[in-house]
Amino acid sequence: MAHAQKLEIFRGALKFKSNTDKIWGVLILLSVITAIEVVLGIYKPSILMGHIAGMKVLNWIFIILTIVKAYYITWDFMHMRDEKAGLRNAVVWTAVFLISYLAFILLTEGGYIESVYSSGYITHDF
Amino acid sequence: MNTTVVNTGTEGKTWGGGKDPLHASYGKMMMWFFIVSDALTFSAFLVAYGFSRFKFIDSWPIADEVFTHVPFMHGQDLPMIYVAIMTFILIMSSVTMVLAVDAGHHLNKQKVTIYMFLTIIGGMIFVGSQAWEWKTFITGEYGAVQTRSGNLLQFVDAEGHRVAISDFAIADHTDRAQHERKNGLWFTSEGSLPPFSVNEVVKGFEANENILIRTEVLNEKGQKTLLSRAESIKQLKSNGQLVVQGANLEVNEYGKPIFADFFFFITGFHGFHVLSGIILNIIIFFNVIVGTYERRKSYEMVEKVGLYWHFVDLVWVFVFTFFYLV
Repeated sequence: MAHAQKLEIFRGALKFKSNTDKIWGVLILLSVITAIEVVLGIYKPSILMGHIAGMKVLNWIFIILTIVKAYYITWDFMHMRDEKAGLRNAVVWTAVFLISYLAFILLTEGGYIESVYSSGYITHDF
Repeated sequence: MNTTVVNTGTEGKTWGGGKDPLHASYGKMMMWFFIVSDALTFSAFLVAYGFSRFKFIDSWPIADEVFTHVPFMHGQDLPMIYVAIMTFILIMSSVTMVLAVDAGHHLNKQKVTIYMFLTIIGGMIFVGSQAWEWKTFITGEYGAVQTRSGNLLQFVDAEGHRVAISDFAIADHTDRAQHERKNGLWFTSEGSLPPFSVNEVVKGFEANENILIRTEVLNEKGQKTLLSRAESIKQLKSNGQLVVQGANLEVNEYGKPIFADFFFFITGFHGFHVLSGIILNIIIFFNVIVGTYERRKSYEMVEKVGLYWHFVDLVWVFVFTFFYLV
């Protein structure tokens, strides 16, 4: 280990005494998030069924919670928090930029094909 | 004679060479770069899945109705419970991995050994669970009838509960034999025949007054559309073409065949990563036991496989969201 580990999460709101404590803290956080996702996924509250920006509110919540989980896995389990900013940016922003670009292009295209299908250009059984 | 430049003028600077400006060893940095490229591969698969899903946005299968099984809880409808347990197992094995890395920083050989061992066990349980999930998905439960344009007709009773085809279809004598190499063209063969023919299903359907058909199309509430009795019979007779049981790469009793294709491909590719992660972990585990890193006074190798192992967990978090939740 070349450099010291940062022992706080939530921008310093929660500090841990040792690295091991921090690991268990992050585990609890990840488990709570997963539990929330599963409960929402089973009960699907009707209040979250409205659409924002073309997708259900519930689905936005799932995606945001997933990104939060991904953040803590990368930052604390993979020790990205302790890496130099150069390495961190090279890894994170490359992936973030390319993945959002790809997702935008392909999902737009998928939506377009759906509109071709649903406006009667192909035959349906029903 | 000496034409080589020996003095670049950058000696002593951050990028002048002989230093590691990113404070990461070569091996660790390459593991990060591999992870970036692998993340792009996985996101390409998931985005392709999203593309197909957007294409069939109003007739995509509902994950809650597809993955409802838990081992040893036969016949109970428990959506998502098992996959949540699997997710927890993988996160747990990530935790033991990071604890092994932490113990490695303290050069505590005994603790590294124990935590690596637990990580391997967690990974094995996860792969086993995934194999079970595949088996359940391939076997299928209720069966369905595929129409001419590849849509699905599923059967429900008056309360909207699914009905298995084998429960109402009236078996009939059939002359249709399976085409094998020995009884037909020697250079081709066909897969096993569906358990029932469409005619048998139609007969059984007509004999059971209280069964209805639901189509793949989602209504405003996000549920599958239910057809009336008359409509159901008409639909079944005029369009029903093939009885489908379970899922494989060609047909899928739960919905669009492409859903099954992506399920097998993406969870399979992820399962392959878990498997190779287990193998790497086992190699490192034995290196720890024989004291390779003890002599080296550095457990960085554990940290490197740890990075890979966490990445596999990270991918699963996304697969879980996009296959089972959204």
